[in-house]
Amino acid sequence: MSKLPTTTTTARHDPYDADRPLMLRCSCGQNHSPQEHHAALAAQAEEMANNHLEASLMKALFPVDSVRRNFLKAVGANTARAAIASVLPLGALQAMAQDKGPLEKTNLKIGFIPITCATPLIMAHPLGFYQKQGLNVDVVKTAGWALIRDKMLNKEYDATHFLSPMPLAISMGAGSNQVPMNVATIQNTNGQAITLANKHKDKRDPKMWKGFKFAVPFEYSMHNFLLRYYVAEHGLNPDTDIQIRVVPPPEMVANLRAGNIDGYLGPDPFNQRAVYEEIGFLHVLTKDLWNGHPCCAFGTSTEFIQKNPNTFAALYRAVLTAAAMARDPKNRELIAKVISPTQYLNQPETVVAQVLTGKFADGLGNIRTVPDRADFDPMPWQSMAVWMLTQMKRWGYVKGDINYKQIAEKVFLLTDAKKHMKELDQKVPDGAYPKFTIMGKVFDPARPDDYVKSFAISKQA
Amino acid sequence: MTSSLNVKATLVSLLILVLTVGLWYAATLPRAGSGTAGMTAEQIEYQKMLGKDPGAAKTGGFPTPAQMGETIWKHVSNPVYDNGPNDKGILIQLAYSLGRVGLGFLLACIVAVPLGFVIGMSPLLSRAFDPFIQVLKPISPLAWMPLALYTIKDSSASGVFVIFICSIWPMLINTAFGVASVRRDWLNVALTLEVSPLRKAFRVILPAAAPTILTGMRISMSIAWLVIVAAEMLVGGTGIGYFVWNEWNNLSLTNVIFAIGVIGVVGMLLDLVFGQLQKWVTYVE
Repeated sequence: MSKLPTTTTTARHDPYDADRPLMLRCSCGQNHSPQEHHAALAAQAEEMANNHLEASLMKALFPVDSVRRNFLKAVGANTARAAIASVLPLGALQAMAQDKGPLEKTNLKIGFIPITCATPLIMAHPLGFYQKQGLNVDVVKTAGWALIRDKMLNKEYDATHFLSPMPLAISMGAGSNQVPMNVATIQNTNGQAITLANKHKDKRDPKMWKGFKFAVPFEYSMHNFLLRYYVAEHGLNPDTDIQIRVVPPPEMVANLRAGNIDGYLGPDPFNQRAVYEEIGFLHVLTKDLWNGHPCCAFGTSTEFIQKNPNTFAALYRAVLTAAAMARDPKNRELIAKVISPTQYLNQPETVVAQVLTGKFADGLGNIRTVPDRADFDPMPWQSMAVWMLTQMKRWGYVKGDINYKQIAEKVFLLTDAKKHMKELDQKVPDGAYPKFTIMGKVFDPARPDDYVKSFAISKQA
Repeated sequence: MTSSLNVKATLVSLLILVLTVGLWYAATLPRAGSGTAGMTAEQIEYQKMLGKDPGAAKTGGFPTPAQMGETIWKHVSNPVYDNGPNDKGILIQLAYSLGRVGLGFLLACIVAVPLGFVIGMSPLLSRAFDPFIQVLKPISPLAWMPLALYTIKDSSASGVFVIFICSIWPMLINTAFGVASVRRDWLNVALTLEVSPLRKAFRVILPAAAPTILTGMRISMSIAWLVIVAAEMLVGGTGIGYFVWNEWNNLSLTNVIFAIGVIGVVGMLLDLVFGQLQKWVTYVE
């Protein structure tokens, strides 16, 4: 009698493995009886169920083995998975095939930085969305992004508010130890701005910004990448023509008042706060650079997901429900009221409300109405991850060749997000790699290296 | 004579306080000319968006003494409320800070006093340890923090560690100095009486060095209290330092000033306690 192999079920069962026939005596393809097999692998039944389901789907789609083999060899397993997921409700079928399991862990700590980007995961607390999923969550205000990173690596937090490039960077070991992290959802889209000090009211053309000092909240942030992109599009080299410092958002306002910095690309409410304090004005909303750009994310370590799949699913449902509520403009004033107190953002309610409703004072004497100034679209598009990676490469944060797609698919859990959105009866958009237009230039996620090379100003030149 | 001096000093102190508050009041008087007359509806709405509701004073900016008093009363009248992990009453925050300081300081005592004793008794060890002490002594708590977070992997333990590492040096140096400078004749007497080394340490050296050791502890305690605010601002979570950081986040100067006052008063009380202890152990010839 042969010993049971020690390889994981996934490897043996992988329906996307081109070289493995799917129809064998024992379904795992090894030389032992099915009873033995089931006894040994009962613990991983859920995963198996998923794979069986996908395998039978594959068999139904490609009854001829050689056709299936050629298809998989031609496009690769991940693309095949994404392609099939886009035409078949794979996630929903899998969800139906398994019952909701018991929660592995109910007392959780979730970190956040007090900015409006974290709106869904903060509001889920006072509005009881976590509780509804049977979770007892503490949302813990944290002093800075480096500390969020450290507390995730220390496992003090079970899940956290991230800047969306952070999980990519940590998973690659850029700026920290290499620990696999995942993005479950994007927290917010848009919602940032370039704020300049009042004395620069007459310098609205970025070409006049030579020698300016700017602040961003963290190096691996959309703020940094967008600011660099913006000034570079206007012919300035962000590394030599201007200075970019890492400064926590509340200090940005204080530094702007003191004249230490000329401006910043920061998260709200600190753009609006500068207007409220009458020390700065909103030069441009980041929505005008890339409408619908991602900013912050909600995620956790891959280890946490593997150890607590049901808890993670419950968290997913709570945050997605909150995101759907935050998306609806008619809820925004209520949300502003709920997240403004000391316990959460600790900001004047009118400031938060101006950010979320999009009816705001711009610091130049005008009241502007931009309903999508801040939005909450939870889809963790993998093409967004690819864009962030191209910018990390462009500005020299990561060196060498990058397997863009592999990292994006590993870190951004698009399929899971779609599956959970379906479970919650939310509208799920199709596809995995939509293209984006950033300052008039189309980004094609299929050709990231060409994109990196296409810029006149970059560290690659 | 001394009592009349005390009365005079108190009067001068009060005068300084009144003058300061008066100047403060004068400096923060509301500026005239912000009426709503002649403004369009849109301009009025714009003013509201800047928090300048016509007719109501804008909170923010540098506070007036009246606003300050209001804030102090607000905190003092409700010192122990608990609204979850991010919003607690001032006494709870203080208790967290004092707990951390106490623990770090205690650990520092446990290490520094015996080690200082050994160093003080042995000129060889004294010279051997000296370079390390001199290098480690001037390092700021903020420099230790990232290292602590990385290696200890626990933010509250890191806070305690930073207190420990910063408050250990004055105690160590003072203990060593106190032990090394015990009067020769007392040691000689002990030698003639053939007392055991342990008895000598506890009955002769310790009482003689106690005032110096306590001076070291007193300096250490004030350093620990200095350090806690910086440490908690960085680590966040709870404590008076976190309170300052949270209110800074809100750019609320009133609350920051209040916290500064609280930190000062508590620091003074801690120092008074150690001053009293010092009096008790000092031997007057």
